[in-house]
Amino acid sequence: MLRRLKEWLLSIPSLAWLVFFFLLPTLMVFVIAFKPANLLGDIGEGWTLSTWVELGNPNYPAIVWRTLRLSFYCTAVCILLGIPFSYCIARASEKCQRWLLMLVIIPFWTNFLIRVFAWKAILHPEGILKHVLVSVGLATPDTMLLYNEGAVLLVMVYTYLPFAIMPLYAAIEKFDFSLIDAALDLGSTVATAFRRVFVPGIRRGIQTAILMVLIPALGSYVIPDILGGPTSEMLGNKIAQRASTDRNLPHAAALSALLCLGVMLPMLVSTLVLRRKKRGEP
Amino acid sequence: MKRSRLPAVTLVLVMVFFYLPIIILVVNSFNEHKYGSAWSGFTLEWYVHLWKDADIWHALRNSLLVASVSTVVSTVLGTVAAYALDRVHGKLQKFHNGLIYMPLVMPDLLMGMSLLLFFVAVGFKLGLASICVAHITFCISYVAMVVLARLQDFDFSMMEAAYDLGANSWTATTRVLLPALAPGIAAGALLAFTLSIDDFVITFFVAGPGSNTLPVVIYSMMKHSRFMPVINALSTLLLVVTFVAVGSSQLINNKKGTDLP
Repeated sequence: MLRRLKEWLLSIPSLAWLVFFFLLPTLMVFVIAFKPANLLGDIGEGWTLSTWVELGNPNYPAIVWRTLRLSFYCTAVCILLGIPFSYCIARASEKCQRWLLMLVIIPFWTNFLIRVFAWKAILHPEGILKHVLVSVGLATPDTMLLYNEGAVLLVMVYTYLPFAIMPLYAAIEKFDFSLIDAALDLGSTVATAFRRVFVPGIRRGIQTAILMVLIPALGSYVIPDILGGPTSEMLGNKIAQRASTDRNLPHAAALSALLCLGVMLPMLVSTLVLRRKKRGEP
Repeated sequence: MKRSRLPAVTLVLVMVFFYLPIIILVVNSFNEHKYGSAWSGFTLEWYVHLWKDADIWHALRNSLLVASVSTVVSTVLGTVAAYALDRVHGKLQKFHNGLIYMPLVMPDLLMGMSLLLFFVAVGFKLGLASICVAHITFCISYVAMVVLARLQDFDFSMMEAAYDLGANSWTATTRVLLPALAPGIAAGALLAFTLSIDDFVITFFVAGPGSNTLPVVIYSMMKHSRFMPVINALSTLLLVVTFVAVGSSQLINNKKGTDLP
């Protein structure tokens, strides 16, 4: 009995804190989405569906679509760059591997804002990249490198690529490369061996990498805000605008609820896929 | 298998992609040219500007205060949580475990937004206190993960031995368990401090008037492209600080690693 009490006492502090300041606020997002706003920028009395009706405004589907599109592109590029990159690390000598992994992590010790800012300075109309591109004739003086979807995508890839590299490296490092030799001996081409042996072999790593990039990408806010223009806004920007400049909290809550569902969906799919896979295996 | 050159080429190009922006930023912090498109001479002017900026010093003070409070509270809560997760099993612990993991996968934006709604709904005044609460909330999970990893290597028969030798549970905990966990707890605290100092998104949502932390100030400078070279200088200084901190903690860890069996 005393033991149970002790165990209970040990879990209570963090449990209570997280229930209060994490679980409850998250559930509140879904509740407040059905509340009206009042003029003071607070949450009004009673219940309403009007916030959800306003989300039908043709502006929103375009922003939701752009958020999905940019996140998918970013994930795809990270996986496509991450596989050969991690392959190269995994096949290096052990000492080399440690050095290379260190080199991947070091830039990410720096503050996230600073990395985004470094790119803003490079892509700036008066910045170095524009200068170089104009002098070699690849751009005209009025080419705009900043404030468009391309800039946003580029920096999203820059930010999230290490999140893809780590799980991919972990999977490739464990992969048994003699399986590839076996496939080639049995007459398969390099391309087929890659597609039918290597990719299925590192499936778990690919799946984790997709989640690690896709989830934060969907919630991007700083990158489109600093490097994107009005035509490259993402869901995150709208949430921040509604929460700070326009101060319509129920509206911000409804958009957050939408994003929350959007984030949970890929996690759910991945869990289901894993479970089915497990059951399928003997 | 025929070695393709593609992976090696990707490796080199991606490394250049990773480092080039940071190198350009550091170089430009000493560049007289305002936009850094060309080198127009060495200067320390931007560092002098930085030194005189009162807003930045005020924000730095706020950042350090918030980070210290959040580190202490989240280290205690996270360590106790890790102990409970490691030692106790049952339905409640499964739920506890889920609650510890969830903040790790939740996008910052959603966490900031939900905390803002919570503070407004319960009438909690936004300011340094609300920032601390938010930071503690996301730091607990990281501390718990780091300490849990250390606990999994701890041999609990050492505790039994201490009891057999007549120690009571207080003595056994403070003289056997805590010293063994100390490197894990220190690593967790360091991580919490770094995360707190670095956080922008969550702080942005829960900060009130006059409670700006350093990243919030940097953000508003960046957003309006004002004082770009001054931000370069500030970033360079922060880079140096991070490198020294992480480098020395790595050195300490390595030394400890060789001493232990």
